[in-house]
Amino acid sequence: MKKAVVYLNQFFGQIGGEEVADHPPEIREEKVGAAMLYDQLLDGEVTHTVICGDNYMGSNKDKAIDTILDFLEDVEFDIFFAGPAFQAGRYGIACGEIGKAVKEKFNVPVISSMNIENPGVEIFKKDIYIFPGGHSAAKMKNDVTKMVEFGNKILNNEELLPAEEEGYYKRGIRHQYFLKDKTPAAERAVEMLLKKINGEDFESELPIPELDRVDIAPAVEDLSDAKIALVTSGGIVPVDNPDKIQSASATRWGKYDISGMEKLGNREDGAFKTIHAGYDPAAADADPNVVVPVDAMRAYEKEGKIGKLHNYFYSTVGTGTTQGEAARMGREIAQDLKEAEVQAVILTST
Amino acid sequence: MVKEIERAGFPVVQMANLIPVAKTVGSNRIVPTISIPYPLGDPSTSKEEQWKLRYHRVGVALDALTSDIDDQTVFDVEI
Repeated sequence: MKKAVVYLNQFFGQIGGEEVADHPPEIREEKVGAAMLYDQLLDGEVTHTVICGDNYMGSNKDKAIDTILDFLEDVEFDIFFAGPAFQAGRYGIACGEIGKAVKEKFNVPVISSMNIENPGVEIFKKDIYIFPGGHSAAKMKNDVTKMVEFGNKILNNEELLPAEEEGYYKRGIRHQYFLKDKTPAAERAVEMLLKKINGEDFESELPIPELDRVDIAPAVEDLSDAKIALVTSGGIVPVDNPDKIQSASATRWGKYDISGMEKLGNREDGAFKTIHAGYDPAAADADPNVVVPVDAMRAYEKEGKIGKLHNYFYSTVGTGTTQGEAARMGREIAQDLKEAEVQAVILTST
Repeated sequence: MVKEIERAGFPVVQMANLIPVAKTVGSNRIVPTISIPYPLGDPSTSKEEQWKLRYHRVGVALDALTSDIDDQTVFDVEI
């Protein structure tokens, strides 16, 4: 009987929500939560579940990975599943980090699933198999089914097809293989060339990944004369959230007046709080300066290290927010910064 | 957001905990923070320690804005 290990975060491992996202790694010789679903579908058995808090993995990556690899040292397994992580960014990164490490150390197939918007896809698709997944846990069954069906093919030594046909994100790995119809390369190249000359669409056999990189903006010459602005994706807003910025999948941003403030007041003072649904708000509500460091900027303003802190800070929520919306909000904020004659920006993300 | 702000011509430094994400997205100036829920001050430490850490890392971020770089750079922090 083939054996599998499943990696889950604190939530899907049934430890709890954001308040226990710092949960250190543990391994259980049983099927916890979603691991049961894997077990039902797998041509084999899930013997162990590894559970780790997303923040723990984010902030103590090396320690978390070492601990989990140590756990697995004495476990026999043929395949490793991580997730599905849906659109949860930290969970996606965690699945990718541990998946990559497990694959490197134990050389077993590693399969995960993430929504296309999950940053884990771009980072780890070349390291492990990642299947496109839904936005949220409503797609659990669907996403796990896709992962396990592919896992079963591997375990049963079936022929594996290229990424497009199997359905996982392209890893950018080239395999030599022979086309069923045996059309030689020369003919295919000439066909492509003719299509190109005729202005028709053609599909290259050697796609070059496109990277959208931005030119590095020149450094600030004289900081002591510069106006600096703070921007955050950490969801810090006045306690009444006047712009009704969404707690997740935000499409709105706000700018808030801090002129004359030595620091950001907290929730208890009726001043600022976080509305971000992707992390435990306790610390940011108690002291919003840990996310938007107005107090530290004021100190540097007083010392003369910077010319001036811009009278407004800008805020939105970065969890579940699509890249398209984030880019639009970024452009809108940049426009406002231009009008305010700001010279440089510190952006804090959570 | 960082990219669009930089595309508009502003030098911008991203203070982030998940460095791999900041790198992949294409931030050019990056300063690490200590966690996701409290990037610049661990509530289990004293107010003074939190302040020291925040003051230090914001200072590194400001210095990053004045640094000429040729490539994506993660700036070192001491505390």
